[in-house]
Amino acid sequence: MTFEYAPAPESRSIVSIKPKYGHFINGSFVAGKKHFPTVNPATEEILSHIALGGTSDVDKAVLAAQKAYTKTWSKLSGKERGKYLYRIARILQERAREFAVLETLDNGKPIRETRDIDIPLVAAHFFYHAGWADKLDYAGLGHSPKPYGVAGQIIPWNFPLLMLAWKVAPALATGNTVVLKPAETTSLTALLFAEVCQQAELPDGVVNIVTGDGSTGAAIVNHPGIHKIAFTGSTEVGKKIARAIAETDKKATLELGGKGANIVFDDAPVDETVEGIVNGIFFNQGHVCCAGSRLIVQESIAEEIIEKLKVRMAKIRVGDPLDKNTDLGAINSKEQLAKIKELSAVGDTEGAQRWSPQCNFSDKGYWFAPTIFTGVTQAHRIAQEEIFGPVLSVLTFRTPQEAIDKANNSPFGLSAGIWSEKGSRIFWASQHLKAGVIWANTFNKFDPASPFGGYKESGWGREGGKHGLAAYLKNGKETGAK
Amino acid sequence: MATKKVSRVEVKKTYKLFINGAFPRSESGRVFEVTAKNGDFIANPALASRKDLRDAVTAARAAQSCWSKATAYNRGQILYRIAEMLEGRAEQFESEIALTARITPAKAKVQVAQAIDRWVWYAGWSDKLQAVSGATNPVSGPYFNFSISEPQGVVAIASSDDFLEFIDAIAAAVVSGNSSVVLVPGGLAVPAMSFAEVLATSDLPAGVINILTGSLDELAPWAASHMDIDGFDISGIQKKKHGALKEAGAENLKRIHSFESGKTPTRILAFMESKTVWHSVGV
Repeated sequence: MTFEYAPAPESRSIVSIKPKYGHFINGSFVAGKKHFPTVNPATEEILSHIALGGTSDVDKAVLAAQKAYTKTWSKLSGKERGKYLYRIARILQERAREFAVLETLDNGKPIRETRDIDIPLVAAHFFYHAGWADKLDYAGLGHSPKPYGVAGQIIPWNFPLLMLAWKVAPALATGNTVVLKPAETTSLTALLFAEVCQQAELPDGVVNIVTGDGSTGAAIVNHPGIHKIAFTGSTEVGKKIARAIAETDKKATLELGGKGANIVFDDAPVDETVEGIVNGIFFNQGHVCCAGSRLIVQESIAEEIIEKLKVRMAKIRVGDPLDKNTDLGAINSKEQLAKIKELSAVGDTEGAQRWSPQCNFSDKGYWFAPTIFTGVTQAHRIAQEEIFGPVLSVLTFRTPQEAIDKANNSPFGLSAGIWSEKGSRIFWASQHLKAGVIWANTFNKFDPASPFGGYKESGWGREGGKHGLAAYLKNGKETGAK
Repeated sequence: MATKKVSRVEVKKTYKLFINGAFPRSESGRVFEVTAKNGDFIANPALASRKDLRDAVTAARAAQSCWSKATAYNRGQILYRIAEMLEGRAEQFESEIALTARITPAKAKVQVAQAIDRWVWYAGWSDKLQAVSGATNPVSGPYFNFSISEPQGVVAIASSDDFLEFIDAIAAAVVSGNSSVVLVPGGLAVPAMSFAEVLATSDLPAGVINILTGSLDELAPWAASHMDIDGFDISGIQKKKHGALKEAGAENLKRIHSFESGKTPTRILAFMESKTVWHSVGV
């Protein structure tokens, strides 16, 4: 006897998408010159046309941000700044369903995730940082730390509105103004956020949004009126930014790639671990920089874990992202799908064994079945390179030290997971892993109070928590006895 | 150093490098001359090569596991021991600094006293850093979540030719558990190699501090592009040359910083990495 799920689609009537958008500069929308289409990756339907920002648009946005910084935002007390952030948090909560549906349409991620994870976290980020705005003297950055001025922020397509919140909330709380560029394929929720700024009566120019592609991002990075860069994206682009600002005094935080090791010891609770592995790699179609994309499992239980994982994977519901029962949605773009296919093909040719459950995909849209590769060795490209899709590479180990060595054998150092029932082993492993975020008997958890960011080539700096404030503030005078 | 009477011929020191707790010559065989203000010959320190730098980085990397895993209390005691050894040789440092930095003996005396006190100040930070920089984070869920700071790994230091700044940079890098490769220019080579002798007699594990004397113009770009160096303190280098080093360091996203002053925990934390651990809570 099999149970079938009836379709349970979330209504899209709650959102209204304009046929064409401009940029949001100095408190209002201004028309763009050129436009490009943005599609629903689940259907390939063109949702709208997004303005391609050029240097003149970036100039205008930076000018507006500078003016807002000197004329209004830097003159407001932290208490008043905080109240604007609280307002934004509350409006985001009020309009949460609208944002969730729009994010799912534009990104392809399941409504279950946008509704239950992305959007609630977005509101939480603004709420959390609102409270910091008048307490910056207590952030451990000396007396009266000062903002940089205008922050240029460039965000990725995997968590469009959440990444906006990670960037905008701390920047505003610390007294900076911003010029933000959403990712090329996922601009719609950022543009809806502009409306929230208007409803919150945020002073004009404090938040400016210029849409576009890599060239628009480069114009922001290279603009002399910007004093601080915050970027989330690929390590390749992160390095380009580091080079581009080398000769300047610009500060940068970079949240870049990862190849997270999810380590399973032989005393791990099997069922919970299997759930954790699934959440680690298939959450958000694997479009997660901190995904647990390398499963490093102790040899003695590898067979059992992999068998149970396959059974569990066969129950993952792949399909319409707007269906409330969907676990795995659409791949965000044609280009990303091609990259995932390419690296998976490399996994085949290098001799790893591929397995996926049977999935029936619609002819339209960009889809990739949840996939595991077993028999992967450290030299394989699928053990070294970020695939950024629902593809898990499985490696095995015999001794705990071997697990650590394999986990750390990567130029990245963003995240890691540890599965074990033994407390001392968890602490030992977490001490030895070179990663900025470690999840013990859980994975892919995020919170505004929890700093996020990586070691080595996973980037510079932290976002979230007390540590994240440092990214947007120049240290004040130290009060310690000398 | 020149003797006036030939009653006894002084036994002079051969200047070498300090790598992995030993004193090798530069593999290149190169040296440079350090002279006093009046032109008198002082020493022929080694002019370190790119191969010497690579050897020093290998030693520093190998020293990482033992130094970063040592308890904070233990690191603090070893660093304090270094201050004890410095104090015992204060007069030697005073005369070397007066001669090579070409300052008065009185000024040299003040500088050495400051350097020793500064070293003690940093040593005391070893077991206080976490209390100042760490946090437990109140996340919304059944998790115990905390952030701690860890050393980045191998930190290169391009020192200025000032002894106090040299001490600041090294102490700030190693107190947290980093190992280091210190690049020393000009006449500072003379007191720097005496400092190496202090390190060699202070129970500091081999490879934690490696000292290369020579030309920063040669050594700094090699360090900036070295893929196994995690952090780089370029305080001793002119600002106009920082851009090129940062550009080279972007290849492995090195943490490259320069500081206007010493004596701040900010300088220590700049070469640390924050790690956040989530533990699930349940019965």
